Amino acid sequence: MATMPLTGTPRRKAKVSRKRGQLVPALLFLLPALLGFIAFFAWPAVRGIYLSFTDYNLLSDPEWVGLENYQSIGSDPVFWRSMVVTLQYVLINIVVQTIAALGLAVLLHRFTKSMVIRGVVMLPYLIANVIVALVWYWLADYNLGLINSALDAIGLDRIGFFGDQQYAMTTIALVNVWRHLGYTTLLIFAGLQAIPGDVYEAAAVDGAGEWRVFRSITMPLLRPVLAFVLVVTVVGSFQIFDTIAVTTQGGPVDATNAITYYIYDRAFTRFDFGYASALSVILMIILAVIALVQMRVLRANQSDLER
Amino acid sequence: MATMTPAPSRRAGRKQRPVGHHRNPIARVLGWTAIGLVVAGTLFPFYWMLRTALSNNRSMFSEPLSLLPVDTTLGPIQRVLGLQSTADALAEGGSVGDINFAQYLINSVIVCTLITVFQVLLSAMAAYAFAILEWRGREVVFGIFLVALLVPGMFTLLPNFLLVRDLGLLNSYLGIALPAMFFSPFVVFFLRQFFLGVNRSFIEAAVIDGAGQWRIFSRIALPIVMPQIITIGILQFIFYWNDYLWPLLIGQTEESTLLTVGLGIFRSQTPQGSPDWAGLMAGSLIAAIPIFILVLIFGRRIVGSIQSSGVK
Repeated sequence: MATMPLTGTPRRKAKVSRKRGQLVPALLFLLPALLGFIAFFAWPAVRGIYLSFTDYNLLSDPEWVGLENYQSIGSDPVFWRSMVVTLQYVLINIVVQTIAALGLAVLLHRFTKSMVIRGVVMLPYLIANVIVALVWYWLADYNLGLINSALDAIGLDRIGFFGDQQYAMTTIALVNVWRHLGYTTLLIFAGLQAIPGDVYEAAAVDGAGEWRVFRSITMPLLRPVLAFVLVVTVVGSFQIFDTIAVTTQGGPVDATNAITYYIYDRAFTRFDFGYASALSVILMIILAVIALVQMRVLRANQSDLER
Repeated sequence: MATMTPAPSRRAGRKQRPVGHHRNPIARVLGWTAIGLVVAGTLFPFYWMLRTALSNNRSMFSEPLSLLPVDTTLGPIQRVLGLQSTADALAEGGSVGDINFAQYLINSVIVCTLITVFQVLLSAMAAYAFAILEWRGREVVFGIFLVALLVPGMFTLLPNFLLVRDLGLLNSYLGIALPAMFFSPFVVFFLRQFFLGVNRSFIEAAVIDGAGQWRIFSRIALPIVMPQIITIGILQFIFYWNDYLWPLLIGQTEESTLLTVGLGIFRSQTPQGSPDWAGLMAGSLIAAIPIFILVLIFGRRIVGSIQSSGVK
């Protein structure tokens, strides 16, 4: 990379005398970012927590109701249903995506270094969720879509991919597997490249078979990268919104009413901002717990390659 | 580990080609078949988008399995750009509504450029303060910034909507762009790593010459990390180009509707009985083409940057 020749070890001599002197320029350099941080992260976070304890319909002022929103959520069947379908989505999405990406990354790593192939595989990830959702909504359309027309042509029954309660969430999860497969593959591919080739050489000399090499060498050395991939993709997966918003809009019968879509629905079609804020706080806590648990796993395995 | 210490020269040679460059021809055929299928499965939906966008919406329904455009026409593309007469649109079985993707395209370009330019420049300044300048409390403040990286967007969404509403910025470019313009924790984090790699002697020489910090930042540090600035700029531009929920809440007039939001509107307005699939795919194509072009030009950088984000 271009910066490499310029890299050097920092000189520590003048450090102490400069420490105080650079506070003023530092603050000036940080000023815009600090303003943005306070106005659009810190303050909204505080306000969001406050609103979760109020009844607020956007027109009159927020009215303090204590824990009422949280109590209502506890006995709100739509909330529990949305948690179930969200988990269903995350589970299908993450399991299929991670396994497929692992397989594809191993394949690419073994057979080709082509930048073009990696670029093609990554392409869907760079295209908007909305576009990807619409293309698949069209491909899987019940009456005119290519997939159902093909099923019909070979004498099979048509499937309501988006319209049938039974399939809708699975369809959406698989559409997003298609979009994210390349991204996940690239992360794992980079992890594979970081494994020194001699480890494989030694295994070959010892006469280890393909599966054994994969299980005893590739997987353990890849674990830190996989853990990172899981943290990023699980937290992202929980916030599924766009695909649902432009296809099923939560239906049929709440079968795809994932938690973020439910928050949006409460806030912007029913103007129940207090309730929606409480839902956001709950989502935030769930995500924080998941990320913390996963990060523990990540740290526990970080030293695998160095050992 | 004993296996980890072979002759370095052999190791370097090994890295030149894929690990398993297989002698076994069956494995090679199977492997390449699988890769070929993935590539085909990745590209086909994009082809189908093009095929549909170039089809006559009325005649298309009689040939759902045709791999080529049916009754090839530029009609759908003209239609969503507002260039087709109502009579022609009806003749082609297209929807007739207030959909103007030419305007949405302009809106998206302006908003995403506005966000990207400000966000990357102001984040670079913050990253400079965290990496090059030395001051008490630096690590603590940086740690607080990193918290923002972990906060899911959904959490700040509703309060930020209220803030933009209270500022009177609903349905404006600035309203959509403002929360993202000041900084992005991800960009600060990304650029800080590269500023940390800048050789200190360049900076110290400039200090001795009496250069101010702004001059050092703009004339020395920034040019050195310019390749990374461009890469992250492209990634952020694509990210905001694809964003949906926030611009959906803020920009609802024609003058403030972004492409993704316009696609959502088009889809929800489309009549159940005879949907204008050709028009919808034409709109999708228009929204996707700028990204295809960016990938064609900068694909190598983008792949490299995504790969390096996983291995630290």
